Amino acid sequence: MAVIDLANPTRFLRLVDRVLPWLIAVTAVLFVVGLYRAVNAPDDYQQGATVKIMFLHVPAAWLGMMGWGLMSVAALGTLVWRHPLADVAGKAAAPIGAAFTLICLVTGSLWGRPTWGTYWVWDARLTSMLVLLLLYLGVMALYWTAEDPGRGSRAAAILALVGAVNLPIIKFSVDWWNTLHQPASIMRTGGSAIDASILWPLLIMALAFTLLFFTLHLAAMRNEILRRRVRTMQLMQAQEAHA
Amino acid sequence: MQLSADNLACVRGGRTVFSGLNFRLAGGEALLVTGRNGAGKSSLLRVIAGLVHVSAGRLALDGGEADAGIAEQTHYLGHQDAMKPSLSVAENLQFWAAFLGTGSAGIAPALEAVELAGLATLPAAYLSAGQRRRLSIARLIATPRPIWLLDEPTSALDAASQTRLAGLMRDHLSGGGMIIAATHGAIGLDTARELKMGPQ
Amino acid sequence: MNALSALMLRDMRIAVRIGGGALMGALFFLIVVVMVPFAIGPDLRLLAQIGPAILWLGALLASLLALDRLFATDHEDGSLDLLMMGRVPLELVVAAKAVAHWLTTCLPLVIITPLLGLMLNVEMNAMGALILTLLAGTPALTFIGLIGAALTVALRRGGLLLAVLVLPLTIPVLIFGVSAANAAIAGPAPFGPPFTILCALSLMSFVVGPVAAAAALRYGLE
Repeated sequence: MAVIDLANPTRFLRLVDRVLPWLIAVTAVLFVVGLYRAVNAPDDYQQGATVKIMFLHVPAAWLGMMGWGLMSVAALGTLVWRHPLADVAGKAAAPIGAAFTLICLVTGSLWGRPTWGTYWVWDARLTSMLVLLLLYLGVMALYWTAEDPGRGSRAAAILALVGAVNLPIIKFSVDWWNTLHQPASIMRTGGSAIDASILWPLLIMALAFTLLFFTLHLAAMRNEILRRRVRTMQLMQAQEAHA
Repeated sequence: MQLSADNLACVRGGRTVFSGLNFRLAGGEALLVTGRNGAGKSSLLRVIAGLVHVSAGRLALDGGEADAGIAEQTHYLGHQDAMKPSLSVAENLQFWAAFLGTGSAGIAPALEAVELAGLATLPAAYLSAGQRRRLSIARLIATPRPIWLLDEPTSALDAASQTRLAGLMRDHLSGGGMIIAATHGAIGLDTARELKMGPQ
Repeated sequence: MNALSALMLRDMRIAVRIGGGALMGALFFLIVVVMVPFAIGPDLRLLAQIGPAILWLGALLASLLALDRLFATDHEDGSLDLLMMGRVPLELVVAAKAVAHWLTTCLPLVIITPLLGLMLNVEMNAMGALILTLLAGTPALTFIGLIGAALTVALRRGGLLLAVLVLPLTIPVLIFGVSAANAAIAGPAPFGPPFTILCALSLMSFVVGPVAAAAALRYGLE
């Protein structure tokens, strides 16, 4: 089945209905395995058990960034190829990406408390993630305030692409700014991560989170398609009353 | 020169405003677009002006300028006047003449044609609604473009101004131009064809 | 007179005739900068330290406020439709409006910066560098703000949403602008690298801004 076939919303909905239960099952299994491995992974010699927040924090960071990547691809689909479901995909991805970014910030903050002594510190990575969250909220604001979904989606698509171009620049400038203002920091958020006993749980958790993202994303796309159908039916009702 | 529409459709805000529209218009001809409110008259004009994209079908201009799109050979007179209140009558017209492509030679005759020559130095804010409408019409005269898209051109105009506008439209047609006007009533073009829009 | 210069001239004429023109932005800038000592106290050493940052933030907020009206007035009176039907590409039309906006809003800010720098106890010899950073960085603020103005042109909560969209994108400009200014004042870090990056950001925004803004106008006004 080619991508173009998925352009038909009804066919897409049928596909989602078939695929979603399997996706949920696989995600659940991966989470169980991942969490088990994570809990049993060795403690860090410096930070103790708190380093295990990394198994939530790092995948959440990856997914926050992947969410924006997905939105950018969807934006190209909306603006360049005019694929009918591209704007639905972008709109569904935004809140999920924002949520993962928020999880990254919160877990980072909780991790910081015992490690740095304070809940928030203007560390380069957390600050970049905070700016990413602000950009997500901006895109979501565009979706909320637009009166018809098509116009809001096109504006949000443009902002997603502008953001994609700007995000590396923002990351670079925040890193620069951090080296100017922060004395050499002893802390490395990655931990000493390359050891296999830490790497495998991390990868499994990352995979579990990624599948969770796609599960939520497909479900959100389904909801958005249904929401638009209701709106179209209401518009037709108004139009018929006018006649 | 011929403007042709084949199976034209327009979707705005998720709603199909019109579909399956066909017409052919040659130089020197006028088309009156009629229909009740919401039938899509204004949307049709905006589609031809290039302000709304074509959802289906084809819109083509044969015989016009080779490198220019339809929008660049069209004057659009919408519901609003596009005149800045803080600029004078002449400054407004000078700007549009310079922006839409020709020099200032056509400005004085244009103001004469709509009988606003005496108010040329007045700020546009002091004009009445009818006078502002006439100033917008002057814009069409000051810079020649072959296609005129007029959305309810006679609104806000008194009887004398409507007659004057009908004369200007006839001059445009006899010069080889085309007019597509969305209107509820007669506007003084007796030889115009009619395109009725609305549920078939 | 060609189309783009006619457009720039028109915008500048309107800006000067309405609302006190160039003076209003400069006045806002002045007031914001004056507010800061009231908030943090008149300690001259502290003010000297954060002076460049305050000036940059003030310039950012002042230029943001005027952006709201950049496309909105043209949209409301139907001019925007006609601007899209000219013989000039929409990207250049939008860039011309941005240039006019910068000349009437940001240039006055740069001109009164020496006066405000004096009030914030910025050193005399660093004043030149400070002005240079504002001169190089405010175009980036304008051209990035262009994108937000185009995205919010037809929306009702335009002003606030514009700020929400534009401010995160201007963070790099702020970082390098203040960094360059501080380098010129305090010292050991060189002025060159952050200043050149600031110029690069402005140059990039000259391209990305109009392209994104034109796309936003085309798609947003259908």
